[in-house]
Amino acid sequence: MPADFNWAIGGEAGDGIDSTGKIFAQALSRAGRHVFTSKDFASRIRGGYTAYKVRTAVDPVQSVVDRLDVLIALTPRTIEENLDELHDGSVIIYDGDRTTMENVEIPEGMIGLDVPLKRLAEEAGGAIMRNVVALGAACEVSDFPIENLDSALEKRFGSKGQSLVDNNKEAARAGRDYVAEEYGHEFDYELETTDNDYVLLNGDEAIGMGAIAAGCKFYAGYPITPATNVMEYLTGRIENFGGHVVQAEDELSAINIALGAARAGARSMTATSGPGIDLMAETFGLVATSETPLVIVDVMRSGPSTGMPTKQEQGDLNMMLYGGHGEIPRFVLGPTTISECFWKTVEAFNLAEKYQTPVYIAADLAMAVTEQTFPPEAFDMDDVEIDRGKVVDEESIGEWQNEKGQFKAHALTDDGVSPRAFPGTDGGVHMSTGLEHDELGRRTEDTEMRVEQVDKRNRKVETAREREDFSPREFGDGDSENLVISWGSNEGAMTEAIEFLEAEGVDVKFLSVPYLFPRPDLTEAVEAAENVVVVECNATGQFADVVEHDTLTRVDRVNKYDGVRFKADELAGEIKAALQEADQ
Amino acid sequence: MSSDVRFTDFKSDKQPTWCPGCGDFGTMNGMMKALANTGNDPDNTFIVAGIGCSGKIGTYMRSYALHGVHGRALPVGTGVKLANPDLEVMVAGGDGDGYSIGAGHFVHAVRRNVDMTYVVMDNRIYGLTKGQASPTSRMDFETSTTPEGPQQPPVNPMALALASGATFIAQSFSTDAQRHAEIVQEAIEHDGFGFVNVFSPCVTFNDVDTYDYFRENLVDVAEEGHDRTDYDAAKEKILDASKEYQGVIWQSEKSIPYGEKHGLDTNTSEIDEGAPEGAMDLVREFY
Repeated sequence: MPADFNWAIGGEAGDGIDSTGKIFAQALSRAGRHVFTSKDFASRIRGGYTAYKVRTAVDPVQSVVDRLDVLIALTPRTIEENLDELHDGSVIIYDGDRTTMENVEIPEGMIGLDVPLKRLAEEAGGAIMRNVVALGAACEVSDFPIENLDSALEKRFGSKGQSLVDNNKEAARAGRDYVAEEYGHEFDYELETTDNDYVLLNGDEAIGMGAIAAGCKFYAGYPITPATNVMEYLTGRIENFGGHVVQAEDELSAINIALGAARAGARSMTATSGPGIDLMAETFGLVATSETPLVIVDVMRSGPSTGMPTKQEQGDLNMMLYGGHGEIPRFVLGPTTISECFWKTVEAFNLAEKYQTPVYIAADLAMAVTEQTFPPEAFDMDDVEIDRGKVVDEESIGEWQNEKGQFKAHALTDDGVSPRAFPGTDGGVHMSTGLEHDELGRRTEDTEMRVEQVDKRNRKVETAREREDFSPREFGDGDSENLVISWGSNEGAMTEAIEFLEAEGVDVKFLSVPYLFPRPDLTEAVEAAENVVVVECNATGQFADVVEHDTLTRVDRVNKYDGVRFKADELAGEIKAALQEADQ
Repeated sequence: MSSDVRFTDFKSDKQPTWCPGCGDFGTMNGMMKALANTGNDPDNTFIVAGIGCSGKIGTYMRSYALHGVHGRALPVGTGVKLANPDLEVMVAGGDGDGYSIGAGHFVHAVRRNVDMTYVVMDNRIYGLTKGQASPTSRMDFETSTTPEGPQQPPVNPMALALASGATFIAQSFSTDAQRHAEIVQEAIEHDGFGFVNVFSPCVTFNDVDTYDYFRENLVDVAEEGHDRTDYDAAKEKILDASKEYQGVIWQSEKSIPYGEKHGLDTNTSEIDEGAPEGAMDLVREFY
């Protein structure tokens, strides 16, 4: 029996796939098992194939693999879509009473379990519970005590009344009993439970929670897949911490509302995806030249243009590194895991305020919509530190006024950071502007002041390089001559790929880079390695270009841009092939 | 707020570069007077300015201010006010900023009804770029980019505001200093989004909508016994293209500002030194 178990439910969008999958994932999490979920989905609300996949093990899991052990198939297409992942002995649960599934063919070597999901659900109180019947059947197949489902069902349906919860519990048991009676217990799986408590959350939620933890009091955004969840998470929660969410009329407005709140002194954020980043680019330069602390989240999806809105890609790196006319100092943080989505968001607020600069958080769809289990200590709020930078008050403001008593909001300083006075501070009156300006914030075209202000703003980046730790995260064999570099959500697949590679006798050192600008100097690591492979989810290798630029060394590239994230086993194969090619 | 604030306290030591005779001088003076008359001082006032001749106002006035990108002044003002309701927020821009590139934001700022004031310096021309048609230019107004005139009807700003659910709509004339300041003051005092379209003539590029034209055609609704709370009467005035009206045309008695609806009554610039109390509950929610 393999250490991990891979399960999925698939059907048409609108079949309740997502909520059913989430119930199963939660049941596993509550039973003390680690869980990593992924979704195949189309952007249409109804119609089109969609699936929710769960990988679970007693040990931490942080990737998907190319294997499915149990599949609940509500449509024939669900089986077709997953043929490559199904294997001999895989179990397919389906409802042969459903017209479209009547004549479905179960591929050779696999076990088809025809379970009358709809009929059993109706008997338990309503056809709508057919997916829960299927969950009960899956529990039996995987030898997973059905009591574990109960608390997840209570969490899901508790607010709608106890009778609904009871009906669902009954439906689950009907599915379990049907399989036990009709098919006996002849399956290879046994899902062990532990006493551990885990929390289950996705990257969007982790970003939202990180924002609240960091004291974010203001969010303005415009709904866009796959960033909407950040806004939905904050709505109804941030208010409990004195904050507010505004749904703007577009992204042009969203970033300007967020900017206004930041000018007023609030910790402020907006989140969007590529198409929204394009619009926000207009104001990005203003944020930087007016020296406003602002956190901008880009949950990347497949582009360009509308691209594939529900598919994975890391194609906006260049946009975040270089986007906007003129030359704009900035920070770009790239969380590499779901828990890092939380911590990088906290850090983003501190960097934004310490350096009075826009900070991008480069997240991607794969981490945003994936749920993963963590011990709750992974989000220990006591570890959250707040640094607001050079805020001046009525007492200290005198140091920053000129002889006329005017406040120098853009004072030229050694570290590039000027004092910040929140509006309402006596003696701090000043204007900030997107025009080039003097220390008071007033327009100037004086050649010397222009150069001094540009240098001052850029100096903040240099100061940050000196003061902050922008180290990469290191995995694998530190002495290996094979170096793999990646960024974003690929870290999970890559850390597991290392194990696959080790099993095949290939050792690698892996650097996962969470700081995209300013970023760590990888020259030493690259020069020490014989082979360097940069892994990313885009076609042209945007980060590979950056590495080549920084280190003046050519690197090999493993790129994926079919809209699907790397799977650990698949990635191991690609790395191995790239290394072999390099050796030839 | 101090009680001895004079309107000149809102004036910066920077000399305006507006053309001599520009309507924007009078528009700005009225804004400063209205701010002083309503008990504000520069330390608690935030001006947001757009791009164009009008956008320079943030430099010539003295207060906290942001001079943003073209057309987005209203969203900035929205964020400032909601994040710190203690501030007096005034957004200023021109007809191009507000009714062309920023028209979408105008509609939604009106709908949102945030308690701030929006002063549009409407000169019916693009002045800073030296004389092209603006969204309020007349159909046959010949310019360098519209030799035959725009041949599109001008935007009716007040009608756009009314259709978007405005709670305060007024119009003033920059050179009628007393009335203009009074009207802006009423907009400030209004609980909600106070919108004032100001005829602020461009003496350099607009030889049609001139001081003389407005003097001849301006009708003050206050002298006509207009009831500003009468929606139908307001609508009639707003849609009457035969005259140029001055005064408060419409004021809803039912206005509830956005901040009040959402219970936003705190300056949010103060935060805890660590994660806020109760933050660990957010983690537990994911069990």
